[in-house]
Amino acid sequence: MRCDPCVKLRDSLDFAESFNIRIQMPNSIPDNSVGLVKPQLMHFEQPLSLACGRTLEDYQLVYETYGELNKDRSNAVLICHALSSHHHAAGYHEHEDKPGWWEVCIGPGKPIDTNRFFVVCPNNLGGCHGSTGPSSINPDTGQSWGADFPPLRVRDWVNAQAKLSDKLGIYQWAAVIGGSLGGMQAMRWALEYPDRLRNCVVIASAMKLTAQNIAFNEIARSAIRSDPEFHEGNYLAHNTIPKLGLTLARMIGHVTYLSDDLMGRKFGRQLRSGDFEQGSYNPVEFQVESYLRYQGDKFSEFFDANSYILITRILDYFDLAREYDNNPVNAFSQALCDFLVVSFTTDWRFAPERSREITDALIDAGKNVCYAEVDAPEGHDAFLLPIPRYLELFHTYMQRIADEVNS
Amino acid sequence: MNDTNRVDLDIIQSWVAPHSRILDLGCGDGTLLKRLMERKNIKGYGLEIDEDQITQCISRGVNVIEQDLNSGLSNFKDNSFDTVIMTQALQVVRRPDLVLDEMLRVGKECIVTFPNFGNWHARLYLTLRGRMPVTKQLAYQWYDTPNIHFCTVKDFEVLCQEKSIVVNARKVVATRFPDIVMKDINPNIFGETAIYYLRQADDA
Repeated sequence: MRCDPCVKLRDSLDFAESFNIRIQMPNSIPDNSVGLVKPQLMHFEQPLSLACGRTLEDYQLVYETYGELNKDRSNAVLICHALSSHHHAAGYHEHEDKPGWWEVCIGPGKPIDTNRFFVVCPNNLGGCHGSTGPSSINPDTGQSWGADFPPLRVRDWVNAQAKLSDKLGIYQWAAVIGGSLGGMQAMRWALEYPDRLRNCVVIASAMKLTAQNIAFNEIARSAIRSDPEFHEGNYLAHNTIPKLGLTLARMIGHVTYLSDDLMGRKFGRQLRSGDFEQGSYNPVEFQVESYLRYQGDKFSEFFDANSYILITRILDYFDLAREYDNNPVNAFSQALCDFLVVSFTTDWRFAPERSREITDALIDAGKNVCYAEVDAPEGHDAFLLPIPRYLELFHTYMQRIADEVNS
Repeated sequence: MNDTNRVDLDIIQSWVAPHSRILDLGCGDGTLLKRLMERKNIKGYGLEIDEDQITQCISRGVNVIEQDLNSGLSNFKDNSFDTVIMTQALQVVRRPDLVLDEMLRVGKECIVTFPNFGNWHARLYLTLRGRMPVTKQLAYQWYDTPNIHFCTVKDFEVLCQEKSIVVNARKVVATRFPDIVMKDINPNIFGETAIYYLRQADDA
């Protein structure tokens, strides 16, 4: 079985463009959605130097945009996606009934209000949704990169995003926004390109992962590597994918993104099949088992195993203050923008303490910062969900930015 | 609250140095910090736990940090602010004395305001009705009030003495007659709101 999402996406883009297809709206798109959207591709012929010392000679980024860029180009907002997301943050793709991953936050009248902002969301390098990554073709070999794809760091992503900004003619972002791993990119932006963003929104993130967090990532990677179909990462050359390993990796990850409380409420000990009757053997399947298997299965069909390994490593290696004498205050002293930091009470993967460390360092560095700790039972995934208080404070912050840039 | 007629805010403002670093404990909707930002060009941060008030701070561009005063200020370094302010929150916290210690540790100077429970209205209310005073300023019943540690001007002075806290200045504010004219003659009887400008003793 060959599964190359990049090829799939490239095909569909080419297909739509070359035949100039009139796009039909899917049934019943809500009014507060950006509606039907199409990904776009940007090619870069200038080589990109990577943190590992290697160079990507040629690469492409797939991205989506929503809303209109204003005349003085001051209302652009960059969305940095997290571990398993991509460029499709809002609106609907043709023939799909599920909207983008951050539909609750992006759209007309929503926190990232597309009536006021021009929103750009690229798929990061190393991903598997159309931007150059392990499943792309390595021009030197004519084969897919596989495990040979260069290891990346958050700063490589940020550098590539800056190149995209240049091509789009956006010098300064009104805000760079991200949740989780996306928040790490937003913070890196603030340090690497201080004059290129006015605001940095960091949601459910951290300046570096804890040992426990790295441990979870390593278990996920081990699951993938131990799948016999993995073939040291060169599974595409063997016309296969490590589906079981990837499923397992996602199941592990998924558990850590939810809270004990939420899983209790959502599934409890409910059975999907079987019973505990004594004297008869009728094997039990708990609802939570079937749910996890479904999530893992679904994920393994659209995500690339090498990308998963690569991106979890990016997470593990990220350490905002390493090059600033391990001093977060020194690090944030580079920043010129204002900050909004948000955490969720039951998030144990990126706990509120991590966000408070960010906030304390920002205060010490004399930066403008607002910090909110949203009471929500949903765990780490809360940042993707329509939690009223979260949406309201996020909306309030963004409206103030919109007023400032006169959009 | 309309802040143009807030005498207490005027007094606080007069004690705050231009361009200084300010921490406001229980900053509410950010009225004070916004005013100090505009008129004194300060760099201010407010701590607040009320969700709506936090949103209002965000809306008016005031730095607000969601943090409960009852869990202390251990995340702030010694003398990391020029002035730490706490308006009308002393009576709300679980241990006012400990919060005061923390304020004096974190700030080079502190400003504290609180409702004076020694005001004659409160005394009369309790004496004549035999019930806990409910006033316009403190419009709660004893069982649902967030104000759990009432004190008088005298009580506070005793605490300052015990802790060897230096009182740089003290003012009381009143809004009614005869309190307005009498407040400086006997602050503990006629003052409605007390405002203290404090610092730690030099040898502390």
